[in-house]
Amino acid sequence: MIVDTNVYLSRWPFRRLASDEPEALVAKLRERNVEQAWAGSFDGLLHRDIAGVNIRLAQVCRDFGHEILVPFGSINPKLPDWQEDVRRCQEEHKMPGIRLHPNYHGYTLDDPVFAELLKLATTRQLIVQLAICMEDVRTQHPLMRVPPVDIVPLATVVKNRPGLRLELLNCTSNIDREQYESVLGAGDVYTEISMLEGVAGVARYIRTVPLSRVLFGSYYPYFDFESALLKMRESGLDETTQKAIFADNARRLVGAAGSFDRQDVQQ
Amino acid sequence: MALVQAKATEATGAADSGEILRIWDQHSHLAAIPGDTPEERMAFLVKCMDRVGVERLILSQGYSDDQHPNTSEQFRLENDRVMRAVRAFPDRAYGSVYMSPALLDFSMQELKRCVLDGPMVMIGEIEADARCNVPAMDPIAEWAVANNVIILQHEWINARGNQPGESTPFDVVELAQRHPKLQIVCAHTGGNWELGIRAIRATKNVYCGLAGSDPTSGYVEMAVRELGAERVIYGSDVGGRSFASQVAKVVGANISEAEKRLILGGNLRRLLTPVLQKKGYKV
Repeated sequence: MIVDTNVYLSRWPFRRLASDEPEALVAKLRERNVEQAWAGSFDGLLHRDIAGVNIRLAQVCRDFGHEILVPFGSINPKLPDWQEDVRRCQEEHKMPGIRLHPNYHGYTLDDPVFAELLKLATTRQLIVQLAICMEDVRTQHPLMRVPPVDIVPLATVVKNRPGLRLELLNCTSNIDREQYESVLGAGDVYTEISMLEGVAGVARYIRTVPLSRVLFGSYYPYFDFESALLKMRESGLDETTQKAIFADNARRLVGAAGSFDRQDVQQ
Repeated sequence: MALVQAKATEATGAADSGEILRIWDQHSHLAAIPGDTPEERMAFLVKCMDRVGVERLILSQGYSDDQHPNTSEQFRLENDRVMRAVRAFPDRAYGSVYMSPALLDFSMQELKRCVLDGPMVMIGEIEADARCNVPAMDPIAEWAVANNVIILQHEWINARGNQPGESTPFDVVELAQRHPKLQIVCAHTGGNWELGIRAIRATKNVYCGLAGSDPTSGYVEMAVRELGAERVIYGSDVGGRSFASQVAKVVGANISEAEKRLILGGNLRRLLTPVLQKKGYKV
């Protein structure tokens, strides 16, 4: 069984994607043996009515999720009263975590508002997912060039926030491996494999970072789901390692967050 | 080999059809692969090929630290490395000759040494400081036509701007229109594939290579819709990429199993058949 920690609902702004309708997305996930998928919303990138984005996300997960989709709400800390969005994500939508897109929302990781957001999320025991990038900078629309998030300040921010549980999504190879390792070494930080590249990339990656910090993520439906699946196969991992990445590490993370009950989401 | 075919069938979800897939990778390198020698690097690749069902690959460029070598000695060294790797695993790889139009005389000699008199079966990936529409590419294209050899040409349409001398699909089209009998593959179809596919659409002797970009949903579907599956060719661009992410573009695409088989190997085998037969290799 698989826990996919990186899927998106709704529409990618620049093209229609296969399976960007929730029924098709869930059907594909079930076909590929996914038992749980942590879902954000592409609407969270550019929409300013983030509260509305999160209501729709929660509703789609409830209506179409078939006990697979788990919503992770978008938070934009540059919007007025963003703290209320955090509260609603947890108390009303029963989300186990939130998803951040700093490069689309116009703040850097040394911005005090980011530290404030992490503090609130930690107090509420929410998992924080931070998307490093969404698209290769070489293929972006000329009117929408968004470089990857600069993660250099992140290690210090993480060290100053004990108790934080942070997952980095879409870990592009445009950022040096040493920078990721520095962040992973700073606290309870996880990465997923959707953008890991190179032959047998997962096997080579877990020689440099603790296995317990590596999660399965497909970045479906922006990426073909089979990409992440075949990366696992290409790496020739033993059964224990596969189990850890496919599901056990994510289960432990969401369990440790202490705020997620599947029944709450399904009601 | 049966194991490889079984893995490929499993990977592509084609088990129900009972068909055996034969994945041939048109675009691979020895760079960024563990190992101190060409043979060691190729052995590592073969292990990974077996896991995802890749039967054979076309190897080029060796593993130079320099992305654009500019001396004949360096090109020769890289071609020698490729031939060593192929010699060690003749059932799993063919070689493709690395060259530059900036070194035309040397390149013509290298064609003779590596293809005519040697074991190589293809030209490229040509990735040089000169764009492929330069006049110096004409003798290379004429040689390719005369000897029934296809060319793999690096190109991109980089949203941040191409490197100096880096080709675009438009340059490939220009060369292909000057040589209508040439069979030439765009290595990356622009990277920006929505643009690249349109750029090559009307020029039927240009093929869409899938290698070396993110496995974004919709790429293969658009290529098949606009070009026909016969003009779409799978390649990975390992070691910078994985087999996995690039095979996934085809496996995950909403196209027929027959179209997948063409893209994953059928088209390449068809294009290589004349040179393979000439060399007495089993097709």
